[in-house]
Amino acid sequence: MKMKKVQEILEAHIWAGEEDLEGEVYAACGCDLMSDVLAFAKEKVLLLTGLVNPQVIRTAEMLDIRAIVFVRGKEPSKEMIEMANHKGMIILSTQEPLYMACGKLYAAGLMCESED
Amino acid sequence: MKLHYEVDGDNFLVAGEASGAVKRTLKQIGIDAAIIRKIAISMYEAEMNMVIHADGGEIDVEITSEKVKIVLKDRGPGIPNIDLAMKEGYSTASHEIRELGFGAGMGLPNMKKYSDDLKITSEVGVGTTVQLVVFLH
Repeated sequence: MKMKKVQEILEAHIWAGEEDLEGEVYAACGCDLMSDVLAFAKEKVLLLTGLVNPQVIRTAEMLDIRAIVFVRGKEPSKEMIEMANHKGMIILSTQEPLYMACGKLYAAGLMCESED
Repeated sequence: MKLHYEVDGDNFLVAGEASGAVKRTLKQIGIDAAIIRKIAISMYEAEMNMVIHADGGEIDVEITSEKVKIVLKDRGPGIPNIDLAMKEGYSTASHEIRELGFGAGMGLPNMKKYSDDLKITSEVGVGTTVQLVVFLH
């Protein structure tokens, strides 16, 4: 699924990486626990999370995750946006809660990691 | 190639910078992406542990044609029972750390999962040394 479509489905605000929205993601991972993301996420997935701190960007960097959606209306800090721009990541935020955001993307055809 | 990093224990904002720097170096010298990922995840978990539990420390990284060896030394409180700490879900992290998305008791299990060899030596009141080895072939 193109990141542009993800942004449209979630009516998401774009904080970083607008120029890369034509890029595709093939699976997604919804999680608030970075330790679990490190344990279970595969590379090149879309990460949806309600956790907002710089270690979310750092965790994504370690896993080669190129796109993050912050849910429940959470907004990234200026430092996080700078980090994401520096690392070439896409950062979006949506008002949807995590369950709804994942559900809408799944219903639109974006599978979870184990089904890719 | 040898690399050395000092890890600041008071600054959660920059925690993981050493792991990020090593990841970029390995990419520049053309190491396979899947191997880099193993090294990055295991080192990042170990670096986060230094910040969360031990007020920082030092990291030495040695890259040869065969392997990457990472040694993380801290002067923190030490681990009284390493076998217990290795169990998934066991954690002594504070509520504040858990709110930041860590402290789920997955750090040491993740290091074991993603490295090819993990050695931990620890003395209560003295500190902990973690040695991670990932083979390149």
